[in-house]
Amino acid sequence: MTVEPIMDDSRDQFPIGMRVLAVDDDPTCLFVLETLLRRCQYHVTTTNQAIKALKLLRENKNNFDLVISDVHMPDMDGFKLLELVGLEMDLPVIMLSANDDPKLVMKGITHGACDYLLKPVRTEELKNIWQHVVRRKKFDSKDSNNSGSQDKPHPGIGGGSGSAGTLSDPNGKLNKKRKDQNEDEDEEHDENVNDDPSTQKKPRVVWSVELHRKFVAAVHQLGIDKAVPKKILDLMNVEKLTRENVASHLQKYRLYLKRLNSMVNQQANMAAALGGTDSSYLRMGSLNGLENFHTLNGSGQFHNTSFRSFPPSGLLGRLNTPAGMGMRGLSSSGMTQLSHARSSSGSTVDQADSQQVIHPGNHNGGVLQGMPMTLELDQLQHIKGVTHVRELSTAIDNRAIFPICSGLLDAKTNIGSSSNPLLGVANTTLMLEQNPRAVQGGEVFGNRSPVSLASLNSELSSPLLDHRRLNENWSTAAQSSGIHSNSFQLNDCFKQTTQSTMHQSNVRDDISKRAIQMGSNLHDVSSATSVSTELQDRRSDMQCGASLTSSNAGKINNHAGPQCWVDHNQDSSYRSNVMCSTMNSMIPVQGAVGPFVQSSDPKNFHPDMDFNSIGQSNLFDPSYTKHDEVNKSHVETSLKLKQGLRDQRKPQESYISSSFGSLEDIVTAMVKRVI
Amino acid sequence: MERNQMHKHIFLMRQSFFDQGLLDEQFIQLEELQDDANPNFVEEVVTLYYRDSSRTLLNIEQSLEKNPLDFNKLDNYMHQFKGSSTSIGAKKVKAECTQFREYCRAGNGEGCMRTFQQLKKEYAILKKKLETYFQQTRQAGPSETACRPRMN
Repeated sequence: MTVEPIMDDSRDQFPIGMRVLAVDDDPTCLFVLETLLRRCQYHVTTTNQAIKALKLLRENKNNFDLVISDVHMPDMDGFKLLELVGLEMDLPVIMLSANDDPKLVMKGITHGACDYLLKPVRTEELKNIWQHVVRRKKFDSKDSNNSGSQDKPHPGIGGGSGSAGTLSDPNGKLNKKRKDQNEDEDEEHDENVNDDPSTQKKPRVVWSVELHRKFVAAVHQLGIDKAVPKKILDLMNVEKLTRENVASHLQKYRLYLKRLNSMVNQQANMAAALGGTDSSYLRMGSLNGLENFHTLNGSGQFHNTSFRSFPPSGLLGRLNTPAGMGMRGLSSSGMTQLSHARSSSGSTVDQADSQQVIHPGNHNGGVLQGMPMTLELDQLQHIKGVTHVRELSTAIDNRAIFPICSGLLDAKTNIGSSSNPLLGVANTTLMLEQNPRAVQGGEVFGNRSPVSLASLNSELSSPLLDHRRLNENWSTAAQSSGIHSNSFQLNDCFKQTTQSTMHQSNVRDDISKRAIQMGSNLHDVSSATSVSTELQDRRSDMQCGASLTSSNAGKINNHAGPQCWVDHNQDSSYRSNVMCSTMNSMIPVQGAVGPFVQSSDPKNFHPDMDFNSIGQSNLFDPSYTKHDEVNKSHVETSLKLKQGLRDQRKPQESYISSSFGSLEDIVTAMVKRVI
Repeated sequence: MERNQMHKHIFLMRQSFFDQGLLDEQFIQLEELQDDANPNFVEEVVTLYYRDSSRTLLNIEQSLEKNPLDFNKLDNYMHQFKGSSTSIGAKKVKAECTQFREYCRAGNGEGCMRTFQQLKKEYAILKKKLETYFQQTRQAGPSETACRPRMN
């Protein structure tokens, strides 16, 4: 990796001297790219690992102007990295790939890429990439400039955020309409406006955990629909924070919530389809919460510096919070955020809360349900505790999860409580999705969380079925404490788990249970692995298990993950998907989470899809049962899962919980509750 | 002059690479990147490529021996391999990669193996030729004689 010193004077000769960070696992491509960039007179820093890239970026955001990243990387999915960078550092990111599949390109765009280049890259193409940096700068400045004026292109849109939203569209950011931006129209906070917008760079506001928490709290207080930057700013009462900062952050947050919501909705649908007996489950606000996450995730804009700051154990930690966690636990930890998220989603959120409390069996299974919804980034942190399904928490490295969960967790905080493992998972997944970057932080999610998250995802996706998988995954995840990718995976897992959980009330219970178990077992990645392997034997589908194993190994192959998932489905179609999802998510734990999620391969990431199709109920059962037992031994759970996903929820749960750690626990918990 | 003859020979050799479809435009791009600051750029890239891709090829080889075949994994490896082959402009190798991936997607194990053998062959041929090419280029020295004293 070569790092070039920043020379101030060269900045004035922009684009000459523009500082680029190039990330590509292929040394040949990286070398060629580096040379090409140097030829364009840029300052180039290269790394072949996404994790290192994130580290570099986090060390000093102002070190770089632009990031170019390959899509296909072993340690982390390029899309995850893309999201994280966009959320945390707000830098323009260009994707690079040898694959010109339009779906991938679309994926890049939805994740916030400024551009998508095909390999082999030519000098001419690279000569123009500086435009993305300028564009972003310009729009940022314009944003502040226009914040107060009424003649903005979108008068209806509140102030800066509105214009920012529209203006930054070209930047590839996902900008969604902001209904309540109206109030920003008359705001005139141009403190941050640089005198020379076109050349001056606005100082970046770092959305630390604390700051974000305040933000979320303020938004909650106002109500997501009524939250306008000015009011939020006033409530937050933070010096040196401008309305524009809040506006853009709010924008991202909204996107995140939307993503969560859609995810949650999906889950809800699934749950409904399942006709889960567990009303609480069905109500899983988590779905909503998840949706929120989805939204948020979708927006990918949700800046969650907090994610980064989430202590790895955070996520998991939350999960671990003793059963009592449930909703309460969540709220304390950060559930509020969840609720916040929920508010966006609406009713579901509420339900989620209730859900959480409901799960008698599950520690805080209810939490799971409600969790996803409000996953607020900050919450994620909380979620850690929550999701950690008790057992998981110990095992789960909250940090790890957190990053991921942060996005998701917010909602998931509910999940945090043991019961919510599932939720947490879901949330985590959501969060993960959104904050792959956050997760990437590696540390946060690194060790356990990712796994949990992954599991959560998986769990969630295929509510019940996935449980099993989740458990598996979780255990794996849990085990792979060191797995950074986990966080990413968790996202996936979460998503999946969320979905799965949603569907199957039973599963929820399982999941929650498992989640809990998983929590404890998270650390025991190896066990998870074993479990997973066992699972595999049991089920043809259990490929996931294998994935888990591999993931545990730390090599989680995202690709492998997806495969597993699918396979699992075979058993219950759902499960496999779930499992895969989880597995996939878990697999990334290493950091490869990205791939899992992103996997441009649709096949990899089908857990959600599969789950839905599968009669969720079946899926969960095994998982649920497994969850409970996860604690005992990952293996057991995994095995159980395999065997009777349908019937043995418990084993799954236990399985999952142990393996997945927080996520799984959450999911399991959720599932259990559902059941 | 011997040197000139060498240069001519090298020039023809290089031309044949393009004529025979061994290399494509990308190689020219690489050559364009070579300058005084990076005098041996192309060779460095190619060396790096051969070193790194041999590992990938080994992985593929091992995966092909498994039963049943994991097409997904194979496809992933090949995607990676194709990416780097594209970066140096290895045209024929790239074509084999594409073919291989198609067989993977179709789940045709037999086709995969056959293609892989063909790919290895092309890979080896190109390697040998490029090695010779670079060796002779180094021997001949820079073709521009303006800055260097002519050695007759």
